[in-house]
Amino acid sequence: MTVDKKAGAKKPAPLRKPRVRKPAVTKPRWDISDINSWGPERHELGATIPEAGNSTFNITGGWRSEVPAINREKCDGCMLCYFYCPDASIVIENGKAVGVDLEHCKGCGICAKECPTRAIVMQIDEKE
Amino acid sequence: MATSDSEILAVTGNEAVAEAMGQIDPDVVCAYPITPQTEVVQLYAQMVADGRVDSEFVTVESEHSAMSAVIGSAAGGARTMTATSSQGYALMWEVLYVAASYRLPVVMTTVNRALSGPINIHCDHSDTMGGRDTGWIQLYGENHQEAYDNCIQCVRLAERMDVRTPAMHMYDGYVISGAIGPLQMLTKEQVQGFIGPYHAINPMLDSQHPVTVGPFDGLHGFYFEHKVAQNRAMDRALTAIQDVADEYAELSGRHYGLLDPYRLDDAEVAIVVVGSTAGTTRMTVDKLRARGVKAGMVRVRAFRPFPHEAYAEALEHVKVVGVMDRADSPGAQGGPVFLEVRAALYDSDPRPQVLPFLYGLGGRDIFPDNIEQAFAVLEEAAQSKQRTSTERRYLNLRKD
Repeated sequence: MTVDKKAGAKKPAPLRKPRVRKPAVTKPRWDISDINSWGPERHELGATIPEAGNSTFNITGGWRSEVPAINREKCDGCMLCYFYCPDASIVIENGKAVGVDLEHCKGCGICAKECPTRAIVMQIDEKE
Repeated sequence: MATSDSEILAVTGNEAVAEAMGQIDPDVVCAYPITPQTEVVQLYAQMVADGRVDSEFVTVESEHSAMSAVIGSAAGGARTMTATSSQGYALMWEVLYVAASYRLPVVMTTVNRALSGPINIHCDHSDTMGGRDTGWIQLYGENHQEAYDNCIQCVRLAERMDVRTPAMHMYDGYVISGAIGPLQMLTKEQVQGFIGPYHAINPMLDSQHPVTVGPFDGLHGFYFEHKVAQNRAMDRALTAIQDVADEYAELSGRHYGLLDPYRLDDAEVAIVVVGSTAGTTRMTVDKLRARGVKAGMVRVRAFRPFPHEAYAEALEHVKVVGVMDRADSPGAQGGPVFLEVRAALYDSDPRPQVLPFLYGLGGRDIFPDNIEQAFAVLEEAAQSKQRTSTERRYLNLRKD
């Protein structure tokens, strides 16, 4: 993983405004608002989730200790970051990486590792 | 319609089960050959090649893959079956739990064989007894006919909506799997009528209703609730096993229960036994009865779920019960069946003595004389004023 420790030690380089990827559905159809009170009979047989793609409602950005910073000038649009990202969190516009879905990026750094032009570097994600 | 007048065939146990599978004609069979189950897979692959069945046969590179492919197929929405033995069963281990926890109504034939080591290919029950906590329904068969009958009944059992749990049925390697015995078959139409059409729950291939199967549960933690749901299904399976057996009896004329008692009503000493050794034990019971000994027997059919109340009811009037295990649990008080039966009788008053016997490990022969020796221990215990030691007694073991 490429960690720009220098940048992290001081003030983090200004990030582009985080962009959020649009989920396939905007609201879960499967109502689990009171799931913490469900007994054994209420759950779906075999722990199946009767809905597709609802992992977008599971916010995992808080797991992150490092965050990718994208230099748009260096990006040559190879899309490797997009294909390798295990959380589908790279936002692409006009064939170039323009941002990161910070609600789901876990800060694994695979995008920075794969980027052949070093357009993506990892920085310490300073939390408030 | 009872078919007790149907033709009697001479077949191996494996042929009987392959024929049952052929009549069930599941959507998918994923299997890997292993001694002594090989013949089942070989014959079924032949049926597929000959166009006798419509099944898709998936050849895999291991039993871990076989059970994984079975899970994929069943989750996709297909009626799915497989078969294995011994080391193959052991290799499936982690995925057996997955099939059960996904509540996929898969049916598996397990031909009982010892687990290595020393490496051994002969019959004992170490494989499936070791897998008793995987969450699968387990039915032990005695002979060729029951292997065929249990295979068909397992389909109904596993697929029932109040059970919806994978089911395996077992029979003894070689003694049943490879030896020839009598079989009366139903017609394919009768079998199809009995099992009915397959109804998948939340099938992954239904693209109109997409689902996620096997999600990670570690974040919100409902594992405990799902395990309790599995156990409740097992409790309901006790009723289901008898219901399915009764319905099958109407069709076949052959009656099965949760357990199989023999001359038990006035018995003072009794043996609990699993699998093909029940035949030898029945013969020994008859011989002892002719001598005036009040001997009886119970053959284990359902082991998971274990019908503890039925055992308490069947055995509470017996003075001494000997439990014959063909698998050991090293360091435990006795073999797996012993532990269950002894626990089942704990609340009985007066409480029968329950003594552990080990026999037949790695295919060691069990002779009528050995079973008489076991009954002699039980009779002596019944006449003794003191309770008898519950140390393991080994039948037909070479002595130091």
